[in-house]
Amino acid sequence: MAIEERDPHTGHATTGHEWNGIKELNTPVPRPVYFFLATTFLFSLFYWVLMPAWPTGVSYTKGLLGIDQRTTVAENLRQAAMERAVWATKIEASDYSVIPADASLMQVVRQTGRTLFGDNCAACHGANAKGGPGFPNLTAGSWLWGGSPEAVAETIRVGVNSTHGDARVAQMPAFGKDQMLPRSDIENVAAFVQSLSNPSIATGPDAGKVAAGRQVFATNCTACHGEAGKGNIEMGAPDLTDTVWIYGGDRQSIMTTLYGGRQGHMPTWEARLSPLDRKILTLYILDLRRRAP
Amino acid sequence: MISTLTKGERELAIVILGILACVGLAMAAAGRADPLGAHGWLIIALCVPMIFFVIAGYYTPQPAEERLSQYYDDPSKAGIIAAMVWVVFGLFVGDWVAWQLVYPDLTFDAAWSSFGRIRPVHTTSVIFGFGGNALIATSLHVLQRTSRARLPDQLSPWFVLVGYNLFCLIAVTGYLMGVTQSKEYAEPEWYADIWLVIVWVVYFLIYLRTLARRKEPHIYVANWYYMAFILVVAVLHIVNNIAVPVSFGHAKSYSLFSGVQDAMTQWWYGHNAVAFFLTSGFLGMMYYYLPMRAGRPIFSYRMSIISFWGITFMYMWVGSHHLHYTALPQWVQTLGMTFSLMLLVPSWASAGNALLTLNGAWHKVRDDATLRFMMVAAVFYGLTTFEGSFMAIRPVNALSHYTDWTIGHVHAGALGWVALITFGSIYAVVPWLWKREAMYSGRLVELHFWLALSGTIIYVFAMWNSGIIQGLMWRTYNESGTLAYSFLDSLVAMHPYYIARATGGLLFFLGAVVGFYNIWMTIRTAPAAQVSDVRTDIPVPASAGTPALQPGE
Ligand code: HEC
Ligand code: HEC
Repeated sequence: MAIEERDPHTGHATTGHEWNGIKELNTPVPRPVYFFLATTFLFSLFYWVLMPAWPTGVSYTKGLLGIDQRTTVAENLRQAAMERAVWATKIEASDYSVIPADASLMQVVRQTGRTLFGDNCAACHGANAKGGPGFPNLTAGSWLWGGSPEAVAETIRVGVNSTHGDARVAQMPAFGKDQMLPRSDIENVAAFVQSLSNPSIATGPDAGKVAAGRQVFATNCTACHGEAGKGNIEMGAPDLTDTVWIYGGDRQSIMTTLYGGRQGHMPTWEARLSPLDRKILTLYILDLRRRAP
Repeated sequence: MISTLTKGERELAIVILGILACVGLAMAAAGRADPLGAHGWLIIALCVPMIFFVIAGYYTPQPAEERLSQYYDDPSKAGIIAAMVWVVFGLFVGDWVAWQLVYPDLTFDAAWSSFGRIRPVHTTSVIFGFGGNALIATSLHVLQRTSRARLPDQLSPWFVLVGYNLFCLIAVTGYLMGVTQSKEYAEPEWYADIWLVIVWVVYFLIYLRTLARRKEPHIYVANWYYMAFILVVAVLHIVNNIAVPVSFGHAKSYSLFSGVQDAMTQWWYGHNAVAFFLTSGFLGMMYYYLPMRAGRPIFSYRMSIISFWGITFMYMWVGSHHLHYTALPQWVQTLGMTFSLMLLVPSWASAGNALLTLNGAWHKVRDDATLRFMMVAAVFYGLTTFEGSFMAIRPVNALSHYTDWTIGHVHAGALGWVALITFGSIYAVVPWLWKREAMYSGRLVELHFWLALSGTIIYVFAMWNSGIIQGLMWRTYNESGTLAYSFLDSLVAMHPYYIARATGGLLFFLGAVVGFYNIWMTIRTAPAAQVSDVRTDIPVPASAGTPALQPGE
C-alpha cells in the first residue's frame, strides 16, 4: 500500500483509493451507530418474544402476551356494541310515535343520524339534506312517497327505481322524446305548470299558453300528478304547486323534464344498513323537517 | 447523435426499430377494439420516424477511433434533458391533481382528466419519468468515471434510454385511456411490463460489462448502490407484475396473486420501490456528486459499508408495514414493524455519512446553492426515514394510515430527498457534461433552491396537519358511542390544507420551470474555451496507477 495519506481537516487516514478524484476516509464507525443498532435489535427481539412474530412452517410463534389482532378487534366490537346497547335496544323496541318525545333518545338520533346521513346520503341529498339538482330536498316541500315514518322508512329500505324487488317505481314519461305530445303542447303545459306555483304567469304575456296548457295538463298529467297538480304518493309524482323542485322550476328545466322524462334513482339500503340504522335515519330526517325553519 | 454510432450499430438500430414497429403493427391489428391497439399505433408513430432518423444519418462518417479514449456522455445528456421534461410535466399534473382536491370541477367533466387517471400520470411522470431518467443518465456518467472505463458500446445506452422513455410514455398514455393494473406504482399493463424487463436487462448488462472492464481496483460505493437499484428493481418488477392477459389483443390482465397475498406482494414491491428506486439509486447519485462538489473525501468508508448492507438487507422485510391492521396475519405485521425500526439506523448512518462528509466544506454549502440542494436533501432523507420508521409502529400507524400524513411523508421523501438530490446533481453535472464553466445563472439556481425548499416545507406541514386532524376525526366518538364525524366532515376540515398543499406544490413546480430554463440556457451558451479538472470526458490521472482509460469493446 502507498504511504498512508491523511485528510488535513479531520486527521483521519484515507483508504488509499481514489475514484475520479473522490477519496474515502477510514474513519471508524461512530459509537452511536452500534449503540442504536443494538438497541433497535434488542427492542425487536423483545417484541418478537411477546407478540406473534416468526413463521414456523404451518404456524407461527404466538408470543408470550397471547395477543391476536382478530380476537382484539372482535372484543373491541363486542364492547362497543354493549355500550351502544343502552339506547339501541330502546330505539329498536319503541314505536316511532314515542321516540321523538324522549330527549335522551333524540340526542342519540341527532348525533348518530348526522354521521350516518353524512356517510351514506349526503353525496346525493347534500350534507344538510336540502337536496340539489336531481335530488329531492328532504327537509321541505311535500313528500314524493309519503311522510309518515313508516313510508319514509320503506323508501329508505327499498329505494326508488333501484335493484330491490319491492323498489318504488317512479316514471315521469318523456313526452317530447317519445313523441307523445307536439312541441307546442309541451310549451303550453310547461307554462301552465309554472303558473301553478307562480300565479302571476297566468296573467302575464304567457296567459294564452297557460290557458292552452291547462287543457293539455287535464288530459295527460292528472292521472299521476292529480287534478290540482298536488302530486300523488302512490306514483311518487311530485306536487307541482309548491316552490320546491327536484329538477328545477325555471321554464327551461321544466321543458327538459317534459321532453326527456325523469327517473330518479334512490338506492336500496336494506342490504347495507341495519334496521336500527335505517330507523335512526328515518327519525333523523323527520326531526330535521320538524325543526326546519 | 447517429454520427457517434458505428456502422454496425446503425444497422442494428434500424433492425431493432424495425422489429419494434412490427410489434406495434401486430398490437394495432390484434387490439383494434382496445387501448392496446392505440398503443400499437403509438409505437409505430415513434419507431418509424426514428428509423428515418437513423437512415438519414446512416452515411455520415463513422466515429473516429479517438472516441475510445474518451467517455461516452451523449446518452447521459439526453437523459438529463428527458428528466427535466418529465419533471416539468409531472409536477404540473401533480399540482393540477392537488387543485382538483380543492376544486373538484377542475376535471372539466372529462374521463381522461378525472382524479383516478391523472394521479398515476403524476406519480409515474415524476418517479419513473424524472427519477428514472435522472438515474439512468447519472449512473452512466458516474459508472464510467469511477471505473475509468468507457461504456462498452454506443448503441445499448441509447436502447436503454429510448426504450425506458417509451415505457413511460405507454404507461402515462395508458392511464389516460383507463388502462391500469390498479397496483400503486405498478400500474402499467403486461405488455409495458414485458418491455421494461427487456430494457432493464440491457441496462444491467451495460453495468456489468463496464464494471468488468474497470481500471480501478475497487468498485466505488456509488456503483454498489446503482447496481442494487438496477438488480432489485428488476426482481421486484418481475414478481409483482406476473399476470395473465385476457388475450393478446387486450390491455387488461389479471394478477397471478389474489387477496391478501396480492396485497403483500404489491407492498413488498411498493416499499422496495421506495427502497431501491427512490433510495438506493439516489444514494448512488449522492455518493458521487456530493463529495465531488464539496471537494471532500467521504467521511467514512466503513459507515458506507454498514449502511449499504443494512439498507439492502432490512428494506426487504418492511413492506408489510403498509398493511397493519388488515387481513394480513399479525406476525407478518410484527416483522414489518420491527425491521422498519432497525432500518432507521443504517438510514441515518447514510444521511450522517453525507452530512459529515461536508465537514470542512460548510462554507461552500453556504455559498453554493447546488451543494446546498444536496445537503438539504440529505437532511430530508434523515427526516423522512425517521418519520417512516415511526409511522411503521403499529399504534402510530393506526392513526396515520389512510390519512394525508402518508402523503406528507411520501413528499418529504420525494420532494425533499429525491428531487433535491437530483436537482443538485443535475446542476453539478450539466456544466461538466456540456463543458461549460458554470450554469448559465447561479442566481436562478439560488431561486430554484428557495422555491423548492419553501414548496416542500409548505406541502409537508399542510399534510401533517391535515393527516393528523383527519386521523383524529375518524376515531372520535360522541357520547352515544358512535362516530362523531362523517367522512364528509373530515373532508371539509381538509379543505384549507388542500389549498396550502396545492400552493406548496405550485412553488415546487415553478422552481422546476426555472431549473429547466436555466439548464436550457446553459446548453445554449457557447462552451468555455478551456475546461479544467473533472469536467473533461478524459480521465483524470489517478494518484496511483495509470491515467489511461479502458476503451469500449
Ligand atoms: C344515489 C343518490 C342517492 C343516495 C345516496 C340517497 N338518495 Fe334518497 N333519493 C334519491 C333520489 C334521486 C330520490 C328521489 C327519487 C324519486 O324520484 O322518487 C330520493 C328520495 C329519497 C326519499 C324520498 C323523499 C320523498 O319525498 O318521499 C327519502 C326519504 C330518501 N331519499 C332518503 C335517503 C336516505 C336516508 C339516504 C341515505 C341512507 C338516501 N336517501 C341516499 C337519491 C339518493
Ligand atoms: C306516469 C305518471 C306521470 C305522468 C303521466 C306525468 N308525470 Fe310528471 N312526474 C312523474 C313522476 C313519478 C315524477 C318524479 C320523477 C322523479 O323524480 O324521478 C314527475 C316529475 C315531474 C316534474 C318535475 C318536478 C320537479 O320537482 O322537478 C314535472 C315538471 C312534471 N312531472 C310535469 C308533468 C307534466 C306537465 C305532465 C303531463 C304532460 C306529467 N308530468 C305527466 C309522473 C308522471
